[in-house]
Amino acid sequence: MKIVALAGSNVGSKTRTATHKMVEIVQEKYPEHEITLLDLAEYQLVFSDGRNYFDYDGDTKYVTETIMAADAIVIGTPTFQASIPATLKNIFDLLPVNAFRDKVVSVIVTAGTSKHYLMVEQQLKPILAYMKAHIVPTYVFIEEKDFLRKEIVNDDVLFRLERLAEDTVMVTDAFAEIRAKKDAEYDF
Amino acid sequence: MEKYRIDQSQGLEFGLYSLGDHIPNPLTGERISAQQRLKELVEASQLAEQAGIDVFGVGESHQSYFTTQAHTVVLGAIAQATSKIKLSSSATVLSVSDPVRVYEDFATIDLLSDGRAEIVAGRGSRVGAYHLLGVDLQDYEEIFEEKLELLMKINDEELVTWEGQFRPPLHHAQILPQPKNGSLPIWRAVGGPPASAIKAGYMGIPMMLTTLGGPAVNFKPSVDAYREAAERKGFDPNELPVATTSLFYVADTTKEALQGMYPHLNGGFQAIRGGGYPKQQFAQATDTRDALMVGSKEQIIEKLLYQYELYGMQRFMAQIDFGGVPFDKIMKNIEIIGNDILPAMKKYTAK
Repeated sequence: MKIVALAGSNVGSKTRTATHKMVEIVQEKYPEHEITLLDLAEYQLVFSDGRNYFDYDGDTKYVTETIMAADAIVIGTPTFQASIPATLKNIFDLLPVNAFRDKVVSVIVTAGTSKHYLMVEQQLKPILAYMKAHIVPTYVFIEEKDFLRKEIVNDDVLFRLERLAEDTVMVTDAFAEIRAKKDAEYDF
Repeated sequence: MEKYRIDQSQGLEFGLYSLGDHIPNPLTGERISAQQRLKELVEASQLAEQAGIDVFGVGESHQSYFTTQAHTVVLGAIAQATSKIKLSSSATVLSVSDPVRVYEDFATIDLLSDGRAEIVAGRGSRVGAYHLLGVDLQDYEEIFEEKLELLMKINDEELVTWEGQFRPPLHHAQILPQPKNGSLPIWRAVGGPPASAIKAGYMGIPMMLTTLGGPAVNFKPSVDAYREAAERKGFDPNELPVATTSLFYVADTTKEALQGMYPHLNGGFQAIRGGGYPKQQFAQATDTRDALMVGSKEQIIEKLLYQYELYGMQRFMAQIDFGGVPFDKIMKNIEIIGNDILPAMKKYTAK
C-alpha cells in the first residue's frame, strides 16, 4: 500500500518531529509498504483557485497528486487558533470534493495546551468525513511538554504513535478487503 | 417555442452530444489519433441523422484529453456532411470568446446548414480555456453574464449599440452574416445546482441542464427554480424550452450495458476529474429513478419517460462517446436509439 505522511504546517517543529517519527515507525514496522513524507514547510504551494488538482504546476501539482495516489494518509497538524493551520486547509481546498473516498486517514495533532484536545473532533474530522475519508477513530494528541529539543520524550506518545501506525495499516487492509469483496459482487 | 425551432407536437427531441474528449480506450490502453477522433465524430453525426436523431452537439474544451477546441469548425464539417439534423454547441465556452465572433461563426454554420445551427453558451466546467486564452478566473461570473447578454442582444437587434466591461463598445454595429431566419436559438448551459438555473430563468433564455447521474429528482429543483425565475421576470415558462443531458450507454441487456459502460465512465472520470466512478453508485444507476442513462433499451425508455414526466423537458441530449468508447460501440448505441428508443419515445410523447 501507499502511505503518505503529511506534516500540515509550514512553520514550527512539533508537528514535523511527530510526523517524521511516524515515518520512521512505519518504515521499520512495514518495510513492504511505501511511505512518502510531505512536509509542507518544504514546498511552495499556491492557494486553491478551484481548478482540478492535476492542472496546477510545480509543488502544488506534486503534493496533491501524491496525496491522491495514496491508499492511506497520516495527517500531522498543529493547533493554530483552536483549529488546523491555513496550510492544511489549503490542501483540502485544492483537492476534489470526494478526494478521500476509499482512502484511510489518521491524525497526529500537536498543541500548546491540553485545552485543545477536542480540536481534531470539532475541526478536522468533519472536513475529513465530508471528503469521504475512512477515519481512524483514535488520534495521537501531543503537547509541548512531550517534546525536548525536537525529540519526543514521552514514552506514552511513542507507544501511541506505534499503535496509530498499526491501526492505519490495519484499517486500510480491512477496507481494501471489504471493497474487493463488494466489487466481486458486481458483474461489471 | 417556435422561436427556438421546437415543435412540441413531435414529442421529446432526442439529441447526441460530444465533448470531443480524447481519452485512451481503457480496455486496450490505446488512444486513437486526434484526426481519427474528429473524423469519427463527423461520421457519428451522419449515422445519427440516418437513425432519425434530432440534434447533434459538439462541445469546446481547451486542454489535454480533448480534440474539439475548434468546435465551430467541426460543426461546419458536420453541416456539410448532413442535411436534416440540428447542429448545436455543447457547449461554447462563451467567457473566453468574443460574442461577436461566436455569433458570426454560428450564423455562418446556420446558412451553410440551411437553418440548423444553435448555440449553447456555458462558462466551462474546466479552467483550461481561461488560462490558455488569458481570461482572469476572478471574472468567471461577471464576464459570462455580460457576454451572454451581448450575444442575445446581437441575436435580437439588427444594429447593435452596446457598452460593457470586457469588450470594446459597439456603435450601430451590423453583425454579419445574419442567420437564415433572422435569429438563432441560444441556450444557456447550466450545471447541477439551482443558482445558475435561476440566472437562466431571469434572462428568459432556454436552459440546457446537465443531469449526469444520481437521483433524477435532485435536478427537479433546478428546473422548477428556472421556470419560477422566468415567470417572476415576466417571461412565459411555457415558451421556454428545457433540455437535459446525461451520459448514456444502451445495450441489448442490462448486464451488457453495465459491463460496456463502466470501464469508460471510470477511466474518463479518472482522466478528466482525477477520481474514478464508484462501483457502488454505478450499480444503482440502472434504477429508473437514477439520471445516469445506462441499461437495456426498455430501462432507458422507462428512464426517459420518468424524466419527461418529472421535468417536462423538450429535449434530451445523450453523451454516448465519453471515456474512449470505440466506434463500433458508438454505432451500436446509435442503432438501438434509432430502432427502438426513438419510436417508443415519439409514440409516448408526440401529440
